[in-house]
Amino acid sequence: METMRVQDVTPNDLPWKIRYDASRCTLCGSCVSACSFRAIEAKVERRRMVFSESELPEPKARFSAVPVIRQVKSVKNYCRGCGICEKVCPNDAIRPERNPDTRHPIVTRCLGGDSIKRGGRKNLESTVRTLDKIRVGRISQMTDPSLDAQRHTFDLLAPFGRILPPQKLPLGVGPEGLLRTEGSTPPVRWIYPVVIGDMSIGALSWRMWEAVAMATAYLNEECGLPVRMCSGEGGVPVRLLKSRYLKYMILQIASGHFGWNRIAKAMPHMIEDPAGVLIKIGQGAKPGDGGLLMAQKVAEHIQAIRGVPKADLLSPPNHQGLYSIEESVQKMFLSFNAAFKFRVPVAIKVAASSTSVSVFNNLVRDPYNIVGGFFLDGIDGGTGAAHEVSLDHTGHPIVSKLRDCYLAAVAQGRQGQIPLWAAGGLGKTGDLAADAFKMIALGANGVFSGKLILQMAGCVGNDQGRCNACNTGLCPVGITTQEPPLVHRLDPERVAQNIVNYFLAMDTELKKLMAPIGNSSLPVGRSDALVATDRAVADKLQIQYVC
Amino acid sequence: MCRIGAIKSLDFVHPSMALQLMQSQQKGHDNSGFAMVMHDLGGIFENYKKLPTLSMAATDEGVRLAEDILHEAGFQRVLQWVPETNPQPGLDINAMPNYVFETFDYPKHLRNGDKKEQEDLLLDMRLKLREALEPNEEGFVYSFWPDVVTLKEIGDPRDIGTYFNLWQPDDKFTARVITAQCRQNTNYDIVRYAAHPFHLQGYTALANGENTFYLKNVEFQRKLHRGYIGFESDSQCFLYTLHYVHHELGWPLRYYKHVVTPLPFEEIEQREDREQLKAIRQSLAHLEINGPNTIIGVLPDHSMFTCCDAKKLRPVVIGRDEKTVVISSEVCGINEVLPERDWETDIYPNEREIVAIGNDLEVQRWKQ
Repeated sequence: METMRVQDVTPNDLPWKIRYDASRCTLCGSCVSACSFRAIEAKVERRRMVFSESELPEPKARFSAVPVIRQVKSVKNYCRGCGICEKVCPNDAIRPERNPDTRHPIVTRCLGGDSIKRGGRKNLESTVRTLDKIRVGRISQMTDPSLDAQRHTFDLLAPFGRILPPQKLPLGVGPEGLLRTEGSTPPVRWIYPVVIGDMSIGALSWRMWEAVAMATAYLNEECGLPVRMCSGEGGVPVRLLKSRYLKYMILQIASGHFGWNRIAKAMPHMIEDPAGVLIKIGQGAKPGDGGLLMAQKVAEHIQAIRGVPKADLLSPPNHQGLYSIEESVQKMFLSFNAAFKFRVPVAIKVAASSTSVSVFNNLVRDPYNIVGGFFLDGIDGGTGAAHEVSLDHTGHPIVSKLRDCYLAAVAQGRQGQIPLWAAGGLGKTGDLAADAFKMIALGANGVFSGKLILQMAGCVGNDQGRCNACNTGLCPVGITTQEPPLVHRLDPERVAQNIVNYFLAMDTELKKLMAPIGNSSLPVGRSDALVATDRAVADKLQIQYVC
Repeated sequence: MCRIGAIKSLDFVHPSMALQLMQSQQKGHDNSGFAMVMHDLGGIFENYKKLPTLSMAATDEGVRLAEDILHEAGFQRVLQWVPETNPQPGLDINAMPNYVFETFDYPKHLRNGDKKEQEDLLLDMRLKLREALEPNEEGFVYSFWPDVVTLKEIGDPRDIGTYFNLWQPDDKFTARVITAQCRQNTNYDIVRYAAHPFHLQGYTALANGENTFYLKNVEFQRKLHRGYIGFESDSQCFLYTLHYVHHELGWPLRYYKHVVTPLPFEEIEQREDREQLKAIRQSLAHLEINGPNTIIGVLPDHSMFTCCDAKKLRPVVIGRDEKTVVISSEVCGINEVLPERDWETDIYPNEREIVAIGNDLEVQRWKQ
């Protein structure tokens, strides 16, 4: 008989327990083969059965070997609760069950001597979100008619690029009494106010990344929604760089400069300019963890695109040789503007923090009009890998920080000059349109969203600790893995279709929100359209309190 | 919804005409007030066209305070006209003790001074007066500008006319341009300053409607110019945008429409001047207006215009004969004052139009 020690890891120490009903199991093996974490295995149990064959009880015992499915008792191959076993079981014989008595945070650290890393979801949230305490409360009435969402036309576009103040516009009056341009302005692109957030081609499987790119192209070319997708810091396949679809891509660069060698080399062959360049200084969901792509996910094509060996890829710290964020931004902007001949807008992405407003103020007052967008990333976002402690315990909420930045611009009369884009948990409840609209009314020009795109593709992870294995390269639905058998579980056409449909629904919903307040263009800064059901939220955001 | 109207004539006309124009539209306003601005003055003000006239309603103390401030700044009074009032019992008017129309000569150092310096000083003085009179409601300073007179009062427009003896035409108090409004003050307290028309540095604007981008406009305008203050009405933003676009940026009037109701991006892309239009739309996004409204404006050269919101949710009509052009919320107003005109030539401006009336009464329609 196996010797058990009380210190041994058992399913009761792990976050999920497998509930298995042997009487329903046909031993087809689907669950075991589908579990990418190897958290269940087929085993043989020795069973004792007592029986009697005579007229009077004459108990006899019979021993037999019975095949069963069992949970692996290991902190390496523990069950993530993804529920793929349940999905593939034809007989409902198996499912994961949350274990409220888990000792996982302790035993894992004790056994591994290392901190826990996982995919990017914050699992400590318990309160109601700020955005859910806000309503669109300014409803137009008879003297000020609301619009009809399905019959009126709406102008749902947001700027990406530096906007000059009116007195600096290079406009003069010609002899015919018409304005004419007498100089150049920074490039500005008017795009859909929801950008597909930066998720790199290393973080996502190639099928997933392709599906997002496909959805973006379809939305632009068939649906008339100028949606842009940000590449993330990981490079872009050369074929895409040379294609006409590049115009829908915002190329990202961060401290790792991953993939930029290829991008720079492809520049002479580009037939289209990219939609923009986004310089990532920080991210909101795991500030301090930087880019973190585990070696398991650095497949051959990732090595080729990024020009790296198969190793853990950690983006280096930001620009230590530079004096300040503004200085580094300035230098990068100059080089990017020069590289793309001042035709492509360049924006910056920073983590929301107590000091974001200072950075924004410095950039907005910059006399050279360098920054073409301030992407503010708050807590609650994130898709990649990080240390659990970073995910759960660092970050800064986005709503009030976005509002602070907007009001700082208002105080200087410079609103709109650097378009504000915000993200971090937007669409967490599945309703991105409502979140986006509220953020816009609070002062954002647009929003970006990453994690929700994964949910559209079929990601089974959630903020209650389910799955969250994006870092392992074992994503059970093929979204964040480079393992061919797992990647092939993902149907890119289906993913693209889901994303397109979601955006179409969201577009209608945005109009449904604009109609009652009577606006046909985006209500940027129309905080009078919002009311808060929470006094503290109302005071902080300077909107009306209602009860 | 307020009712608005404007008269521009080759001859000097008396405010009684404006009262008639407005009175016939009485079902459209709530009798809570009447206000008018007169440009290009005749009568007793005709010989003082270059000198600024102060229009103010004030208490005795307010008048004293204001005159002290102006004298201290070096202004010298050259004309004072106090309208004869007719305080019959039972009139619905919330009158101030004094209505002051005084013309001043500039301080000596500015008499032959730079026009801009003069303009700046007049604005600063008006702001200063307003600030001094505001705390105890000692007075309301409506305009301080050459060739411009403003009257605003709370009450029934008919009774206001009676109180100021404005129903009987005379040749003492006339102008070639008169804009007027009878209000239905639905959004705000009945405040004297809130009554349209609003005036700033020779620009007058009055509007009929709502501005759902009021907050956006205000937050932006406050930082654009020291004269953009008050914001007692959501339509005040229309005046400040007009002043900013035409006076501060120096753009031709037709671009006003491109600022307040920009074309949709799809249409801009098809235009030859897309570069300029996009630059305007980008840069002045916070001056866009939204909501139903009709705007009537007067420029410092006394030319006049009107335009509507981008969905044409508020009415306006323009009628004319050889000597007079009238803009009105409702056609019944024009019928009252120009009954003999050819009504087939009336213009009902559309949502993408500015209708401008020059000083020779030539009517131009500019498609946005």
